[in-house]
Amino acid sequence: MNNRIAGLKQRSLQAVPRISTERAVLITEFYRSKKADMVSAPVRRALAFKHILENKKIHIDPDELIVGERGPAPQETPTYPEITAHSLEDLDILDKRPKISFKVSEKTKKIYREKIIPYWRGRSMRDKIFERMTQEWKDAYEAGIYTEFMEQRAPGHTVLDDKIYKKGFLDFKKDIRRSLKNLDFLHDSQASDKREELKAMDICADALIRFAERHAEKAEELQKNENDEKRKQDLKKIAGICRRVPARKPQNFWEALQYYWFVHLGVITEFNTWDSFNPGRLDQHLYPFYKKGLEAGTLTHESARELLQAFWIKFNNQPAPPKVGVTAEESGTYTDFALINLGGVKKDGSDGVNELTFLILDVIEEMRLLQPSSAVQLSKKNPDTFIKRALKIIKTGYGQPSVFNTDAIVQELVGQGKSIEDARNGGASGCVEVGAFGKENYNLTGYFNLTKVLEITLHNGTDPRTGKKIGLKTGGPSSFSSYEELFEAYSKQLKHFIDIKVAGNNVIERLYAEYLPAPFLSLLISDCIERGLDYHDGGARYNTSYIMGVGMGTITDVLTSIKYNVYDRGGVSMKGMMEALENNFKGSEELRHRFLNKTPKYGNDDDYADGIMQSVFETYHNLIDGRPNTKGGTYHINLLPTTVHVYFGRVTGATADGRLAYHPLSEGISPVQGADRKGPTAVFKSASKMDHVRTGGTLLNQKFTPHLLEDNEGLDKMSHLIRSYFKLDGHHVQFNVVSAEILREAQKCPEKHRDLIVRVAGYSDYFINLGEDLQEEIIRRTEHKSF
Amino acid sequence: MTEGIIFDIKRYAIHDGPGIRTTVFMKGCPLNCLWCHNPEGKSPEPELIYFPKKCRETCRLCIEACPENALSKNGTVKFDQSRCRRCGTCADACVYEALELAGNTKTAEEVVGEVRKDKIFFDESGGGVTFSGGEPLMQPEFLEDMLDRFKQLGIHTAVDSCGYAPSDVIERIARKADLFLFDIKIIDEKKHKKYTGVSNELIIENLNKLLNMKCAVWIRIPLIAGINDGPDDIKAIAAYLSSLKPIERVSLLPYHRAGTGKEDKLQKNLRVSAKNIFQAPSPERRAEIAAEFSNSGLKVKEGG
Repeated sequence: MNNRIAGLKQRSLQAVPRISTERAVLITEFYRSKKADMVSAPVRRALAFKHILENKKIHIDPDELIVGERGPAPQETPTYPEITAHSLEDLDILDKRPKISFKVSEKTKKIYREKIIPYWRGRSMRDKIFERMTQEWKDAYEAGIYTEFMEQRAPGHTVLDDKIYKKGFLDFKKDIRRSLKNLDFLHDSQASDKREELKAMDICADALIRFAERHAEKAEELQKNENDEKRKQDLKKIAGICRRVPARKPQNFWEALQYYWFVHLGVITEFNTWDSFNPGRLDQHLYPFYKKGLEAGTLTHESARELLQAFWIKFNNQPAPPKVGVTAEESGTYTDFALINLGGVKKDGSDGVNELTFLILDVIEEMRLLQPSSAVQLSKKNPDTFIKRALKIIKTGYGQPSVFNTDAIVQELVGQGKSIEDARNGGASGCVEVGAFGKENYNLTGYFNLTKVLEITLHNGTDPRTGKKIGLKTGGPSSFSSYEELFEAYSKQLKHFIDIKVAGNNVIERLYAEYLPAPFLSLLISDCIERGLDYHDGGARYNTSYIMGVGMGTITDVLTSIKYNVYDRGGVSMKGMMEALENNFKGSEELRHRFLNKTPKYGNDDDYADGIMQSVFETYHNLIDGRPNTKGGTYHINLLPTTVHVYFGRVTGATADGRLAYHPLSEGISPVQGADRKGPTAVFKSASKMDHVRTGGTLLNQKFTPHLLEDNEGLDKMSHLIRSYFKLDGHHVQFNVVSAEILREAQKCPEKHRDLIVRVAGYSDYFINLGEDLQEEIIRRTEHKSF
Repeated sequence: MTEGIIFDIKRYAIHDGPGIRTTVFMKGCPLNCLWCHNPEGKSPEPELIYFPKKCRETCRLCIEACPENALSKNGTVKFDQSRCRRCGTCADACVYEALELAGNTKTAEEVVGEVRKDKIFFDESGGGVTFSGGEPLMQPEFLEDMLDRFKQLGIHTAVDSCGYAPSDVIERIARKADLFLFDIKIIDEKKHKKYTGVSNELIIENLNKLLNMKCAVWIRIPLIAGINDGPDDIKAIAAYLSSLKPIERVSLLPYHRAGTGKEDKLQKNLRVSAKNIFQAPSPERRAEIAAEFSNSGLKVKEGG
């Protein structure tokens, strides 16, 4: 990389994440104003958005090509008090916690004490949610049965398609006008609400155009005082670009990137959306600009590379907004899950890989940044050169890119009722969840602890950790005369807790629709403008709610062990087992090792255990899939954990697979750490016995020694391995290529391994930034070696 | 229905022939190489492997399980060799993985059932099954039956052999196997005998036979520092191999320590413990050796 990029990268890496009060002060100012009281909810949100963008500080780094920051400077992270009003104690925790901290100055605390907290306490969405939730919801939440995504962050969970490359915001304004004109006040009882929503979108469109102009003004001002002739030229260009986009559609590669970046900033300024935002199929979207630029001689490979690198740095400058409490436990990372998708297929189903795909892969390898995350979509139609190029990056031990199965994704989306074109244009975002890019609100509502529900089943509805009765009375452990009876009771408890979760979700969805509409995001996602409906209120073409099952490996092994040892093979009594679990296997080492070493385990292509995985999968799927949400859409499942398997483990006692109390659960659909002993093909076979196509994403982690990918033949075999898993309809796989010794060494001397990046679950992170239990969990994952 | 003794089946074997493979380790070997990687493959009979470090002092599961009363314990488990029938009941009973039975009787059908689970990976990668050991040619009927069954399933077969087998056995198997992975260790006959316990005359004869029969052969050469990596040894092997045509490829397998430690744990006395004696040639020397083969017109690769 050249000096400019190296400098920008260094500054991005060196900047310390800190809390900025800029946004909190501006939004509070606006909400306190008379104007805010007088207007409808969507217009209030739009005017607040406008107020922030009109008044926030404009930052342009001395060397930048792509401009715009969410905060006043890189790594300065805003807060969203209308969603979570952090207390002074929260700020203290954010400041002082050893991992994923944000520096909080005394001035920030003072502003919070005097301005932010007094206004927002009791008014924030988090306060509203907890006020509206029932006692049984709160009990299950506190027990760690599930988490709630929307309690500290707004729904987002969406990705952009190609519309911004075809239309400027002035064009969107035209669409809004058309939609306004079509409102039918005679027959449509919602016409007035729709008018407010469309008005709000229009205000947001103007606000973003004005925000870009402010960057143009800043660039012009900097240009006047700039002595370096080359930089002067850059600034002049930047000013010109910011006056053109996002108002008009982009004309070239640079404008396209800058346009997306303004849109990105708009989305993550309006709300602290989950998974920030994401340009989607970047290689396909940018390719026409790339090709045109090369042909016209206005762009070179090198200048395209430099612009992409500059673009990459912008993502890295924006850490995920600060999280506390359970939300910090379930997603303990600075990564904000903007997952760039490469490859796959085009709208017409043909091979989507182009020259730009390879250039972007070069950029990913060279930048080696935490953000944005990157993924390759591998279709049977893509060339081997593509997957092998990606594997060459994976083998450097960076945990990126992750690998997705396009052909499965298309089936999944079509199965959910999307059109074939929308499905092909879709992909994976965040960790592994699928969506129709630019057209869907696919909300991840919370993680679900499959193993904890069994623990509660085995205690007749009581949580043994707290002694609180939170489940149904389905009978004590000795009352189950067969495994089938136990499973039946487990299914009833599952339904009980899923009902509670869904009822809570339905309330929360309405709270967002009513109090916190998202008119800016609504501009971008089809068909909110056409329908005159907000993104939070069913405006998107497709509306999906997901509940993410966690610990498939653990729950399978636990049920397998009970079936095998207590019912089928015998030799272990239910009473003896329960006593051993209660005592965390103290005095029952022999039993624990029988569970660990003499019991079938998921991940070994063993139908005994894998059959139980299938039964859990089917039950969980059937209890959730197809339920209606409040936005006219439906529920589906996916299976991913981020970091929640550590938290869920911490609330779950010892289990019959030999796991000790409060240790992490398995992650995603991966086998329990160390339980898979027959190599990667057996893991893939086991994992593929679940019907991935009926999910909205599954996450499989694999760990390989670097040796396995050393030469071209190793890469070939790895690509065959992946392609075989994908033939079996596997959804996703990601790799850690790093030895356990190196990870151990990094634990001992973190200062020497600051740049060591590992795959956690659906994202990569700096190893030294992970909590100690998560570090241990990753080390314990089975490492596939060569034989 | 044939059956035989297998001591391991390993999936995702990527150094035992083309593509992704499953390797079946068959028990028994006519050679007694000092540096043996798989000492548990030498004897044709099942053997117990004991890992005292994993054994729990107060546990008596194996002792109580043994139908022959062959086990006793004084800190560690002691085995009465005259009573032990190598039935493996003790290993089944041990929950701490301190006892392992190397060698189980399996039918050809059972082995095929296990191997074919990875057919999709074989098909995608051009892989298949590899028979290794031990020495697969020590169980010719069993091997032949399995080769037939795999052929029917359309699964590619490879036989990893030391080449020391009666010539009629070699011929029979050669007609069935898709590929031979054929070990050449040392050309000097006396030296060969010293380190492996047998003369290489039959081995060389068998290799010539395979090539005359137009079998696909990959040559595998274990490289052990100070034993067969000297200039004379390497020159001799290169000269010999380049006189044979065609050889698809020559694989150089630098010695690795995976086999050491296992020797001590086998419940019998082997003639020398390999522990800490052998080493792979240095990377520089390995590069020189590879160049030597390459200069002799051979397609050479380090690793399987």
